[in-house]
Amino acid sequence: MSQSYLLVALPELFLLAAGLVLLVVGAFKETAAGARLVSNLALGTLAITLVLVLVAAPDRAVAFRGNFVMDGFAGFMKVVVLLGALGTLAIAQPYLRREGIERFEYAVLVIFSTAGMSLLLSANSFLALYISLELMSLPLYVLAAFQRDTYKSTEAGLKYFVLGALASGMLLYGVSLVYGFTGTIFFEELTALYLDEEGAELPLGALVGVVFIAAGLAFKLGAVPFHMWTPDVYEGAPTAVTALFAAAPKLAAMGLTVRVFAEPFGAFVADWQQIIIAVSVGSMVLGAFGAIGQRNIKRLLAYSGIGHVGYALVGLAAGTQSGVYGVLVYMTIYLFMTVGTFGVVLALRRRGQSLEQIDDFAGLGKDQPLLALATAIFMFSLAGIPPLAGFFGKLYVFLAAIEVGLVWLAVIGVLTSVVGAYYYLRIVKLVYFDSAPEALDRGMEPELRGVIAVSAVVTALFVVVPGPILGSARVAAGALFP
Amino acid sequence: MPVPVGHFLAVAAILFTLGVFGIFLNRKNIIVILMSIELILLAVNINLIGFSAHLGDLAGQLFAMFVLTVAAAEAAIGLAIVVVVFRARGSIEVADINIMKG
Repeated sequence: MSQSYLLVALPELFLLAAGLVLLVVGAFKETAAGARLVSNLALGTLAITLVLVLVAAPDRAVAFRGNFVMDGFAGFMKVVVLLGALGTLAIAQPYLRREGIERFEYAVLVIFSTAGMSLLLSANSFLALYISLELMSLPLYVLAAFQRDTYKSTEAGLKYFVLGALASGMLLYGVSLVYGFTGTIFFEELTALYLDEEGAELPLGALVGVVFIAAGLAFKLGAVPFHMWTPDVYEGAPTAVTALFAAAPKLAAMGLTVRVFAEPFGAFVADWQQIIIAVSVGSMVLGAFGAIGQRNIKRLLAYSGIGHVGYALVGLAAGTQSGVYGVLVYMTIYLFMTVGTFGVVLALRRRGQSLEQIDDFAGLGKDQPLLALATAIFMFSLAGIPPLAGFFGKLYVFLAAIEVGLVWLAVIGVLTSVVGAYYYLRIVKLVYFDSAPEALDRGMEPELRGVIAVSAVVTALFVVVPGPILGSARVAAGALFP
Repeated sequence: MPVPVGHFLAVAAILFTLGVFGIFLNRKNIIVILMSIELILLAVNINLIGFSAHLGDLAGQLFAMFVLTVAAAEAAIGLAIVVVVFRARGSIEVADINIMKG
């Protein structure tokens, strides 16, 4: 019995053990070469974990006395999150080298945070949820302040920490209320509690708890009204760390949000649907209008991320299996677009200096035609223009909303994506039709080139071979609605 | 005579509110913000233990132990970040944390 317990959680256990080993390796080889070694080993670790998740049995298995669950949904989201961590760690290497902050702690922190995300997606009780959420967040606070001799980065770390701790506190307060008014912290027991009762109602105290939990989760997602940290933290943190923030934790938090609302509170769609709709509309509108005046590309991508979370939540607001399916497709496509876009931002340099202003994109079409093409693909896809992948992501979530009669929500979504298209297309215009006073640097590191190329190919060719993503997302969504 | 669970909830709610307001209304020192975060977590612990005793279920007390442990880790990281901010800026006044507008 105990052996099978460990087998279910094998990917996470491997990741945690490897993180400890890497910590020791780094401590004994505290040089730039050591940092590179640890970083490469970390990439290998993530890749092995990815394989372990892929070969794991797709059947639902519960371990650690009901605290840990491995099912198709967790498996799918883990693959996506691990891909995000892998891609952002790969593009971080050359950036850290250039900025002179190449330290082995970076890769170790990424490993521990990724382990937290992976556990988070398998959380099956509020205790497991809280512990893994903190395991994910604590290394991220440190990563935000990683460039510790610059004021911007430390300020980003501090802001992220204070607001993140507040969000954890609110989530925890909600959990305590749900525990007190229902008597259990286990998701399965919560589901079973109201399964047989027709027209069951959540006790009022537990309902207040659900609101607090939603607030905590909205913070981790960077959704309105708990988005205020995102622009500052995205701008202040080192760009490689920002790429990680935009990719992995956001996806893990989305997976968790879907599981919490679909499984333990699945019987109370009417209760939480209004919260999700409000958060979704707010995020879509703020994401679209907030980004318009931005001059810094990282701030712009922060608002863009807020908007994209809003679109994905449209699917969850539907509260159906096809809605969850839409969320999964959307987040997978979002991952490739975001990692690719940050790859472009990291590749943008003039005289060896990293560039962060939107105007710096000018002249890219002339200096680096291939990178410009990738930029155009990502921007058109982020704007949701067919036939690129971003369009299909939006299509599935809006379809799910229309199926349950939330036509107006889909209409708001379409309108805000039109507004959003303005600032994405502005970048494309800068890339191809404006000229810069000075040429951009040519040539980039192979890691960067590879990640950008893979992301661009997936984004552009999704329309030709949509099968792998759509098929596995359908199975994953089915796992939550037996 | 045992204290009814409602009293615990009231104390916890008051502490929680004080903690949240401490973060938003505090205009002086970052250390006060760290104290407010502790206050929030302690409010949650009182809630959990009160419910645990009321329900006769041990899960709440177990949860409280974990919250205490994580709170210690969180405080360590928070203080480390405050030290780094102080080194970079030479001040930990809340009013000085404003290089990026947000």
